[in-house]
Amino acid sequence: MEKPFAITLDPGSSLANRTGSWRTYKPVYLDRLPPCNATCPAGENIQGWLFHAESGDYEAAWRSLTENNPLPAIMGRVCYHPCEGACNRQHVDSAVGINSIERFLGDEAIKRNWQFVKPATQSGKRVLVVGAGPSGLSAAYHLARLGHTVEIQEAGPFAGGMMRFGIPKYRLPRDVIEAEVQRIVNLGVTITLNAKVSNIDESMKAGKFDAAFLAVGAHIGKRAYIPAGTAAKVVDAISVLRSMEGEEKPMLGRRVVVYGGGNTAIDVARSVKRMGAEPIIVYRRTRDKAPAHDFEIEEALQEGVMVKWLSTIKQAEEGEITIEKMALDDKGFPQPTGEFETLAADSVVLALGQDVDLGLLDGVPGLDVKDGTVQVGPNMMTGHAGIFAGGDMVPSERTVTVGVGHGKKAARHIDAWLKGETYVPPPKHEIAGIEKLNTWYYSEAPHVVRPTLDILRRQSTFEEVVGGLDETNALFEARRCLSCGNCFECDNCYGVCPDNAVIKLGPGKRFEFNYDYCKGCGVCVAECPCGAIKMVPEEN
Amino acid sequence: MSFQPVKFYQTGTFTVGNRLLAPEERSVQASGKRFNSINSGHRACQGCGEALGARYAIDAAMEATQGQLIAANATGCLEVFSTPYPETSWQIPWIHSLFGNTAAVATGIAAALKIKQKKNPRAQEIRVVAQGGDGGTTDIGFGCLSGMFERNDDVLYICYDNGGYMNTGVQRSSATPPAARTATTMAVGPEPGNAFGQGKFLPAIAMAHEIPYVATATVADLRDLEAKVRRAMEIRGARYIHILVPCPLGWGTYSNETIKMARLAKETGIFPVFEAEHGEIKSALAIRRQLPVEDYLKPQKRYAHLFGKQPNVAVIAKLQALADRNIRKYKLLEGV
Repeated sequence: MEKPFAITLDPGSSLANRTGSWRTYKPVYLDRLPPCNATCPAGENIQGWLFHAESGDYEAAWRSLTENNPLPAIMGRVCYHPCEGACNRQHVDSAVGINSIERFLGDEAIKRNWQFVKPATQSGKRVLVVGAGPSGLSAAYHLARLGHTVEIQEAGPFAGGMMRFGIPKYRLPRDVIEAEVQRIVNLGVTITLNAKVSNIDESMKAGKFDAAFLAVGAHIGKRAYIPAGTAAKVVDAISVLRSMEGEEKPMLGRRVVVYGGGNTAIDVARSVKRMGAEPIIVYRRTRDKAPAHDFEIEEALQEGVMVKWLSTIKQAEEGEITIEKMALDDKGFPQPTGEFETLAADSVVLALGQDVDLGLLDGVPGLDVKDGTVQVGPNMMTGHAGIFAGGDMVPSERTVTVGVGHGKKAARHIDAWLKGETYVPPPKHEIAGIEKLNTWYYSEAPHVVRPTLDILRRQSTFEEVVGGLDETNALFEARRCLSCGNCFECDNCYGVCPDNAVIKLGPGKRFEFNYDYCKGCGVCVAECPCGAIKMVPEEN
Repeated sequence: MSFQPVKFYQTGTFTVGNRLLAPEERSVQASGKRFNSINSGHRACQGCGEALGARYAIDAAMEATQGQLIAANATGCLEVFSTPYPETSWQIPWIHSLFGNTAAVATGIAAALKIKQKKNPRAQEIRVVAQGGDGGTTDIGFGCLSGMFERNDDVLYICYDNGGYMNTGVQRSSATPPAARTATTMAVGPEPGNAFGQGKFLPAIAMAHEIPYVATATVADLRDLEAKVRRAMEIRGARYIHILVPCPLGWGTYSNETIKMARLAKETGIFPVFEAEHGEIKSALAIRRQLPVEDYLKPQKRYAHLFGKQPNVAVIAKLQALADRNIRKYKLLEGV
């Protein structure tokens, strides 16, 4: 080609210069595990469903949520949300109100009548689930979605277990339980009520079940020896809460002493307050040592529940009890002081924890029962092949969320066991701690506070205390999510690369590096808000 | 503020884009169809702030003029790394000039386009940008630039300020900040590093020419930078944009800290981000989370002599006083 004067070479593009060869470290995209997901006892992919909620696609969010937990409307009310305690946003302003968004999605699903998708094929295997509490319902749901035929046998007159007989209405309205249980029934799960399994072996043989999941809960109130006169009325907390569900409300009198410092004690006190009584909680240690969640103690105190901290009951008589003052020793244990006090009391409610009724396991070989609970392996299987157990009847923290988590975990292992396989959970991603994030990029946005019922109505009715979010503030709250460790397509890496070495793949497809030109400067990693890129050494 | 910030949407207008925003609410850089005026394969160091700033600014100018843009480029890092013969990274009409005469070359192009308009009115759609580093702008090309301002030629001049002659081995320029170590202002003697009370802040000189538009920006505030380029392209006459572009080599920072350093310069008040029309300040980008100057100085090796076993508190205090004066003068805490 004829070239102009003094020109000897053709003009060329710098694309001929592969600057990627300079690199000693290269950026790679990855998904890290958000702390909320890592903490959730039910194994929810919280960041995952918030991602859909952020764009206003609540149905996709709900479907993503229910991949792991079939009870969002319940969970959005009663879960103690450890996720929020782990949320990285607390280091920015305050944690994302995950629980309130979960409730919003759950309520939205009930309002819009969203249903679960039935499995495409049936396995032909039959699984018996004993107990229609959170753990049993969760296991049944997951097993049904995996194509198995599931029957739940429930001893009580209603489904819900402790959610119904242990959690008062003002925290969990019954129509919410009904709606979420009905949706699981619609999926194809059979629930037989008033069907107490007294011998698991027989029940399995009778129903030709291939496997069983036991989740009978812990319904027997623990007793403590208290010297009591014959006329003194001493009852246990669980039977009080259970009787609230029936027609005949418990007759406890006006002055009710509740003995214990756990959530059940608070629930009983707040419930009897609503029935017009004057509850006094007696607890042997201090408020900060009480096992009840502090917000529940706070709500109870607001409602006018009295508490005697550092006190034990020495004697119960008709119309009065004697309590002894305690003092904490160096190790934080309460020690008697010899100082006594008399309190007027029409009845004493013992809220000292619950035991499991293990009668149905009598005569089953291979079982290991320790401290009143059934021991299970990492796969949730008891010592007897094919019998799995979870929820309050196995050693663990006793919450609805843990129960739901057990149900899911057991379902996966039961499914594998039925196929003659072993379920190996996928390896966990590394945690996306706050140090992996660049929080400069998030807008200032204070936490949305849920409306709370007026104090007068809280003292006299069983209306729900904590309200829900509406669509606008639920969307706002969802968008407070930092999306820790998972790309949310903010275009930062694509924008900040000095070498145009990031390729934008389009909506929902994220990005990719062009390693021909990436020099490995690491600006994309430093400026990624959510910590979804990391630098790794080049091999050569 | 130069642009209307998006109120919330998770990241508002802080990130380059965001899937929750409508495409027109995102930055030019977020678009899959951006011009990439300066393409891959250029030979800038890892994490070069100037390569990034140039793409931000010229892409925005290309967007604003629908691609009808001619750029004149001063000698300097930007030219050396983008156009080693026979390769070029520029995907726009681009002309090389000497170190000191870019403004004059751009003036000539603008004059030629004015003549062309007589035959073809569409020639007025073609706009002219001149660009250079701080050496080519504040030192060597200053005479030509001042003339361009004074004649109010229809040129947008963009200065990429990295505070020195970086590609020749980090020598001092009149934009090198006080106390900074360069090859010609060593960290030795009783007053180590660059002297206080010397050098110049060209945006203020440009304002003194009372030209239609003067603005400063950094590579850490993309939305602000793009809005200023867009605004500049709406105006005819001489315009000047001064962009702070951190230099990992010359500043002694890690290559991944480029944007962070620009952000710290703005958040400490060391570098005021504002815009002015006809010599009067119109807006300032407010400091979001004010920080002491140490946070900006410490990561940079060019200030390492201030943080030995005995930190040089007196000098740090003088630098803090400069930042405080900027904050006062440009109302950086409240924003305008």
